[in-house]
Amino acid sequence: MPPKIGFPMTLTYFMHFPLWKIFFTELGFEFVTSQPTNKLILNNGIKEAVTDACIPIKLFHGHVMALKSKVDYIFIPRMVNIDKEKHITFCPKFLGLPDMIRASISNLPPILEISLDKKNKGKLFLYKACRLLGRQLGKPFNKVLKAYLKAVKFQKKFENFLVSKKITPIEAFDYLFKDKNRVNNTKYNRKQTDREINKATSLENNLNIAVVGYPYQIYDSYISADIINFLKKNNVRVWTMEMVPYSILKRYSNRLSKKLFWHFSNKVVWASYHYIDQPYIDGLIHVSAFGCGPDAMVGKLVELECKYRNFPFLNITVDEHTGDAGIKTRIEAFIDMLRYRRTA
Amino acid sequence: MKVSFPHMGISYIGFKHLLEELGYEVIVPPNPTNKTLTYGVKYAPEFACMPFKILLGSYIEVLEKGAEILVSSGGIGPCRAGLYGLVHEKILKDLGYDFVMIILDPPFHNIRDFTRRVLALKQKGIRWNRFLYEVKNAWLKLKLLDKLEQTANEIRARELKKGQTTEVFSEALKMIDEARSRKEILMVQKEAIDILKSVPQDYTKQPLKVGIIGEIYVVLEPYVNFDIERFLGEMGVYVNRSIYLTDYVRYTVWDKKGEAHIKKAAEPYLKQMIRGHGIQSVGETVLYALNGYDGVIQLAPFTCIPEIVAKSIIGKVSKDLDIPVLTINIDEQTGQAGVQTRLEAFIDLLKQRKYLGEQEGKRKIV
Repeated sequence: MPPKIGFPMTLTYFMHFPLWKIFFTELGFEFVTSQPTNKLILNNGIKEAVTDACIPIKLFHGHVMALKSKVDYIFIPRMVNIDKEKHITFCPKFLGLPDMIRASISNLPPILEISLDKKNKGKLFLYKACRLLGRQLGKPFNKVLKAYLKAVKFQKKFENFLVSKKITPIEAFDYLFKDKNRVNNTKYNRKQTDREINKATSLENNLNIAVVGYPYQIYDSYISADIINFLKKNNVRVWTMEMVPYSILKRYSNRLSKKLFWHFSNKVVWASYHYIDQPYIDGLIHVSAFGCGPDAMVGKLVELECKYRNFPFLNITVDEHTGDAGIKTRIEAFIDMLRYRRTA
Repeated sequence: MKVSFPHMGISYIGFKHLLEELGYEVIVPPNPTNKTLTYGVKYAPEFACMPFKILLGSYIEVLEKGAEILVSSGGIGPCRAGLYGLVHEKILKDLGYDFVMIILDPPFHNIRDFTRRVLALKQKGIRWNRFLYEVKNAWLKLKLLDKLEQTANEIRARELKKGQTTEVFSEALKMIDEARSRKEILMVQKEAIDILKSVPQDYTKQPLKVGIIGEIYVVLEPYVNFDIERFLGEMGVYVNRSIYLTDYVRYTVWDKKGEAHIKKAAEPYLKQMIRGHGIQSVGETVLYALNGYDGVIQLAPFTCIPEIVAKSIIGKVSKDLDIPVLTINIDEQTGQAGVQTRLEAFIDLLKQRKYLGEQEGKRKIV
């Protein structure tokens, strides 16, 4: 039986899962993720993490606890810098994540830890990281190279897929790993995207709401009270930041006198600006986590922008005590307001 | 032009000197009070950290007094402090205030930007050599202030009459504030330290030694940390603060290797630079433990990202190196009595530990 590598199903999962899945599977490992977040994971996380950490970090602790006894290695990439701009990095909690986990959870299996650091390692940072992983796991060079190329190709496909089909990562995983026939033309092109937008906006009854926030919050259905599916049930077409191609996002990077320091936060702010500009979007929902440091800044910036532009805006903050009902009532009220606004 | 800047401990003396000598009318930010905090809490985002709220509150206070220019420091992340200026400006403009904000980022990050901002700060009619001279003088003053605080901490633990050091300290501050030229500052430098040292002390006393680590604003601003240095000092504890403003500026701007020993100490526990004072907090804890300190107190604003990372790692350091660490998270709800009770309990614990340790030592000798 091949050795098992565990990957917690939170934080970078929604962004890089295809890459690592293909890479490790090609190297001949079994790549397992933890279960989607549930009560037990949340409780374990709260128990293990420091009390004032934000909820995603607590969840990460919980996911590691869930994997702990089942796998031979736990894979925790240390996200440092993957953007073109050198000073755009990740939240300090991402930077210190492997160290945090090591200090707060005992009896762990070995942690596979690599830095994704474009700033110090240059353009080939991902290749270098993969080579290092291969060396740590004792795999021959040519095999690693082959796996790396295949993984990168697949990841690219995944990202294009999100942008061209305008679907969420969760849906994309379903397509990519279960229903392979449907993945044909995934290349991003302008025309097709316009067609998708037209198709979605032509339905009279549908509202179009942009849901912005970090992928590990809005796609984690347990912690976000399943906001995406709830909106869908209410005849709302959901738009998220992954659906906007990077080339378009970048146009908004000069709106602020200074770029934010965090990869995800920048994307959230730019995507918000983008969606506020789009005539087919009816409203904006920002999902943030209690105690999230960057979100305190991001939330305010987005809120003020919406205020200037007179654009409907709802801020939802989730924490470990949030009840579904409370959030759902607020979202329903928001939807009602938008529908009323349309007819008025 | 009326100009103002954020309040941070006693550093206002240095900044006031600089801006006054550069020909501005300076509005000195008042010591933060509950009013300041209330303003800040009202308009700041909910999870913004304590320093953000205090700064916002004191900006509102000085803008009400008629300030037209606000000068503040920036940063290059990933700690939120680097974005304070940007968000503060947006919030204050939204409230309807009219002002110019000048944010000074570390110069080597983007030299063109930095020069532009410095040029905005330099008024016409002031020569460059005068400008540099005054910057140097202000720096000298800031360094002197830091030294004064260090000396005061040493003396306060041994003072015979409670509260005397603090009295003399505020006299010395007045003297420094009044010094104008370089010559005067150099003269006052000796004098200020001397009058502090003239406070009667009990030289036989062996006080408990406690190190203070944490986020810079919370450590430096007495209103936020409930004047922890004075409180502990008057309990007879020698407090060693790990961060001073001039050191911090020096290490972040030009002397990057200056704190290599701290990073090295932190390496077994935290390898990645996480900015803020995360790595310093871990490293300093290790160093305090190795230097025979009795305990460490970590001060952090609630939701401070680097300090949360540090906190989760320090737990392990504390266990490994056998040094008690007390973490105090401060937000707008924190009450003075609560913090002081915890400090008293912590100090009692340290005393007991020290006593037991000494007994053990004696027994071994016998």
